[in-house]
Amino acid sequence: MSKNLFILKLHHHVKFHGPKPKINVILKYGERQVQDVEDNKKKETLVEMIGIVKRFPGVIANDNVDFTLMPGEVHALLGENGAGKTTLMNILYGLYRPDAGMIKIEGKTVSISSPSRAIKLGIGMVHQNFRLIPTHTVAENVILNSPNTGFFINWQKIYDELKKQISKYGWRINPEARVWQLSAGEKQQVEILKLLYRGSRILIFDEPTSVLTPQESRMLFTTMRKMAEEGKGVVLITHKLEEALSVSDRVTVMRKGKVVLVKSTSMTTREELALAMIGRQEITQLPSQGSSKPSVPILSIRNLVVEGDKEEIAVNDASFDIYKGEILGIAGVSGNGQVELAEAIARIRKIKSGKILLEGRDVSSYSPRQMYENGVAYIPAEGARTGVVSDLTVMENMILKCYRYPPYSDKLLIKWREAAKLANMLVEKYQIVAPSINAKVKTLSGGNVQRLVLARELLGNPLTSPRLIIAVYPTSGLDIGAAEYVRTNLIEMRNEGAGILLISEDLDELLRMSNRIAVMYGGRIVGVFEGSQASKEVIGMLMARGAG
Amino acid sequence: MVVAEASTIEAAITGAVAAGTIYLLAATGEVLTERSGILNLGLEGIMMMGASASFIFTLCFNHLAGIVASMIIGALMALLLAFFSVTLRLNQVVTGLALTMFGTGLSGFICAPEVRSSIVRTINPAVPEEVALLNQAPRLLEVPIPILKDLPIVGRAFFTHNLIVYASIIFAVSMWVLLFKTKWGLSIRSVGENPAMADALGVNVYRIRYLSTMIGGALGGLAGAYIFLGYQPFWVEQITRGRGFIALALVILAAWSPLRAILVAYLFGGVEAFQYRVPLLGLGAQTPQFVLMLPYAVTILTLIFLSFSKVKRRISAPAALGTPYTREE
Repeated sequence: MSKNLFILKLHHHVKFHGPKPKINVILKYGERQVQDVEDNKKKETLVEMIGIVKRFPGVIANDNVDFTLMPGEVHALLGENGAGKTTLMNILYGLYRPDAGMIKIEGKTVSISSPSRAIKLGIGMVHQNFRLIPTHTVAENVILNSPNTGFFINWQKIYDELKKQISKYGWRINPEARVWQLSAGEKQQVEILKLLYRGSRILIFDEPTSVLTPQESRMLFTTMRKMAEEGKGVVLITHKLEEALSVSDRVTVMRKGKVVLVKSTSMTTREELALAMIGRQEITQLPSQGSSKPSVPILSIRNLVVEGDKEEIAVNDASFDIYKGEILGIAGVSGNGQVELAEAIARIRKIKSGKILLEGRDVSSYSPRQMYENGVAYIPAEGARTGVVSDLTVMENMILKCYRYPPYSDKLLIKWREAAKLANMLVEKYQIVAPSINAKVKTLSGGNVQRLVLARELLGNPLTSPRLIIAVYPTSGLDIGAAEYVRTNLIEMRNEGAGILLISEDLDELLRMSNRIAVMYGGRIVGVFEGSQASKEVIGMLMARGAG
Repeated sequence: MVVAEASTIEAAITGAVAAGTIYLLAATGEVLTERSGILNLGLEGIMMMGASASFIFTLCFNHLAGIVASMIIGALMALLLAFFSVTLRLNQVVTGLALTMFGTGLSGFICAPEVRSSIVRTINPAVPEEVALLNQAPRLLEVPIPILKDLPIVGRAFFTHNLIVYASIIFAVSMWVLLFKTKWGLSIRSVGENPAMADALGVNVYRIRYLSTMIGGALGGLAGAYIFLGYQPFWVEQITRGRGFIALALVILAAWSPLRAILVAYLFGGVEAFQYRVPLLGLGAQTPQFVLMLPYAVTILTLIFLSFSKVKRRISAPAALGTPYTREE
């Protein structure tokens, strides 16, 4: 054993940029720790952040935080929303100035006053929202203001350089393509190219998979490992445990502005990380599932065909029913028509052919408002973007759908007193953290915006509570607590007799919540399973290939 | 007969180029300004002041002084607009229109014969009073280009003009090279599309917007100088007659490309030259008004065309046009 170990160590030293996890598996924990220390002495630390403090009005976002990044590692920065991960990295990227603390890059103390200073120091960040110009080409986006370009731009040379880089990572984007033509995953690759073109050695990814399909995520992780192999330091900001476990070498967990755990990924467990993240055991007790028996179909879809944004067929000949007191989960890799399906049913997207029946009535030509009046609630994907008007107040957003009807208005005027009563009631019931009901929604955190959308939609219209709820990725981007809250509320509505169409990418969530699961692939419904009979493997296979 | 036809076409094109140069200069500058994200609705006022400055300084000294003065005054007025819209982040429509009214009023004042005469004679006492009182200044001379001017049809139409006409074509082509073939151009276009992103990559958004607006203003001033020195040989109040606004429409029609601007400018120039020929052709009395309306009608049609989603993705106004930029903190 000790001989083996010696060989491994040698191997490790010769090529310490290589993928570490393999070695970690074999080494015993204690020895691994010793080795870490040895390694750290030999390698120069890439980033060292010491005693970082950052206060915002009313909150300490970073409370004496230490963070280190080694060359050749993927370092996961894990924590719930609002734990201070992004703030810490924004400080490293020069977007915020820390109130106290010190930053060292390769051993030298630096002051990072702006992003352009950070870029000069080799620090690059891929933001959650892409910072790209859609009408410009990939190459134009990449070389903007880069010092490596001459005054007159030699496009051919740049295309060649970029093509080399692109094929090195196994990507398929064309540097001459316009960015609006690209998928989310490809746009992210352009962001990465931007950083690499500027010679970044420290790459920060802020929740990079939130906009990606599972395949694109896997591809991104491969890219991250490749970059680590090249000796770069990669930081992955995430709130998803699985991501941290599957791709990182080391993990730092933050909670409420403090670092609560720093460990080699191989030495930790899912449970340990979860506990560190939320500070309590992940207790989840959803309301019982079997209580409601399907009876009358509330929604019937017949041979529905819907076009996507690029006039491609997004939903192809879909037919299904949702019964009272039932959750129908739609499983599928994102981009297989689920969103278009939901939008068509909510009547905010045109139908090419087919029928939508609400309690037997043909509603294919209804307006969104008519759907609302008939008891349909719609929780859109990206609630913060499409579900609220962020410059209006919490109260105004709460009555955004019901303000036309009494008691919230008479023929002419809005009755603000009634509106305030409603808003206060909902804020309390849904535990929305907001300075007041008159605060603009843009001052709320993502989880609270989602609660607001939920509160408004589940209220129903003044005549009836919702009979059909369309929920599109209702828990995506939420921390564990908020996500459980959303799920509990949906299940309660189900138990009260509403029919729910639940679209999610989280298969575990679907399996836990749905009475039946339909799988969408390439715009078609390729399988429907009873919740009790659905197996993760079979559904996964259908999601990936469209056929078992 | 054939000869007469050829000369008619020649004369028409010559007229189109002469009139179109006004639009070309103003539009070339405005393309740059708008590409950086600033909408300069003060263009009309800037042109008016450019014409006034060229008048006064040509009287005082010579054409060169007049032209330089017009560009300086144009740049200074644009600087004012840039200060309002970039630094103070005021509404660009309101400040732009205010600048137009300001320029129109001030131009009318300083070029009123008595005022003008006293300004001119204060700057250069050697100018005789009767010269300063005259609503005229020496015209810019045509400089035919040898050999090229002898080309059939286009020779005379394009190569027998004054130097500003040639310069305007060079400016437009250079502007295109600057915008699409150089690093600066990429920065300018990016600032107009997404200033936050450009800022994050270290582009100085404020500097680019100030410079683009000022260069655009200088070209606007030159356009004004050209109207008075090279196109219309006598001074009238409000000499630009709304051409600044036509130039703004032209920028849209040219879809923010200086090369397309050349074509569209001569088209509009042709329309303008045509209205003076209408009486000669014996058409109805209302025809000139109808013809003058055409550029605007075409612009509205273009805007409708640009609003189609398929076109929009390829050609559209700079995304950040008219939006002040604030760095988030």
